Amino acid sequence: MSHGLPVYAMRLEMNQLELSEPSPPPARTAWFLRGMCAAFSVPGLILASAFIGFAGLARDAGLTLAQTVFMTGVVWALPGKVVLVGAIVAGNSLPAAAFAVALSSVRLAPMVVALAPEMRTPETRQWVLYLLSHFVAVTSWVLAMERLGRVPRPMRTTYYAGLGSALIILNMGVVAVVFLIAARLPPTLSAGLFFLTPLYFVTSLWGSARERAGQLAMILGLFLGPVFHILTPGFDLLTAGLVAGCAAFGIHLMAKQRETA
Amino acid sequence: MTFTANDSWWWPYLFILLGGWLATDFWRFLGVYLGGRLSEQSELLVLVRCIATGLVAAVIANLIVFPTGVLASTPLSLRIGAAVSGFLAYLASGKKVVVGIVAGELVLCVILLWLDAL
Repeated sequence: MSHGLPVYAMRLEMNQLELSEPSPPPARTAWFLRGMCAAFSVPGLILASAFIGFAGLARDAGLTLAQTVFMTGVVWALPGKVVLVGAIVAGNSLPAAAFAVALSSVRLAPMVVALAPEMRTPETRQWVLYLLSHFVAVTSWVLAMERLGRVPRPMRTTYYAGLGSALIILNMGVVAVVFLIAARLPPTLSAGLFFLTPLYFVTSLWGSARERAGQLAMILGLFLGPVFHILTPGFDLLTAGLVAGCAAFGIHLMAKQRETA
Repeated sequence: MTFTANDSWWWPYLFILLGGWLATDFWRFLGVYLGGRLSEQSELLVLVRCIATGLVAAVIANLIVFPTGVLASTPLSLRIGAAVSGFLAYLASGKKVVVGIVAGELVLCVILLWLDAL
């Protein structure tokens, strides 16, 4: 009975922990699996359809199956990948392609800034956050911001690891399967398949724009893309993005000044 | 230094790593590093989001107007019409992305089958 006292003390501590948490936290694995399950939801399904389109796009651009699956894993965010494939098709050099991809992905930084405090506890190690940040893209971010509130704080990094890794692996699989069967599809079906990417972005881009300026930038970008494709081939994405973004921002500033005046 | 400039097997992967991975994870890591020091509402971020949105919109418009592969042999007016119907269905349904995608696909595929163009 020499261990009686410490064991009792430990029980007491655990009881106190249970009192402070509304539900006793189950094993880490269970939360990881719950995170993975969140990938099989309507937003996850929509994302998979966008990756079906992306696989068709990449295959058409002359990329191999291995290159496309590799790109899916290492870049992950769909806008960055679509821009990268666009730059490859246009024959852009590596610095120009990287610059265009970087410009299209800046918004990942504020998304991570917003998400990290939701998951962080005083015990969270910094490298865990760096690792998890790779999973950040529109869909996993929206799902996490929506569901992390219902996850006990110490389990949130585990939950997001499950969600993020399930989404990436699932869509790497989707890309590989589409790559293998694309050649055997009837032409109308593959036309529909290629059209998934534009449709996904035309709708989700509007929804993810947080301010009116973003929606204006989208409309301007849609018109200026083809215009600059003819005027400045090779730099069309950069010029269209910069002109559309700066013009929308300028109008946003003018509207704001009128409000305060 | 284009994607096809070098015949080595590793060159495309290096291109994807530097042009894709580095260009995206740089921002994610910066986000972790900056932590709470960056305000979501700051005007600089509004500008940055506008440029990013404009750039992706330009890519999408080029996919619709100057497509490659099977889509290239479909009429331009049909592609624009299908995209616009998808977008309008998305707005009408209270911003449901699924509705927008299904509506746009239906318009494209049904008219393609009807025209028997492919």
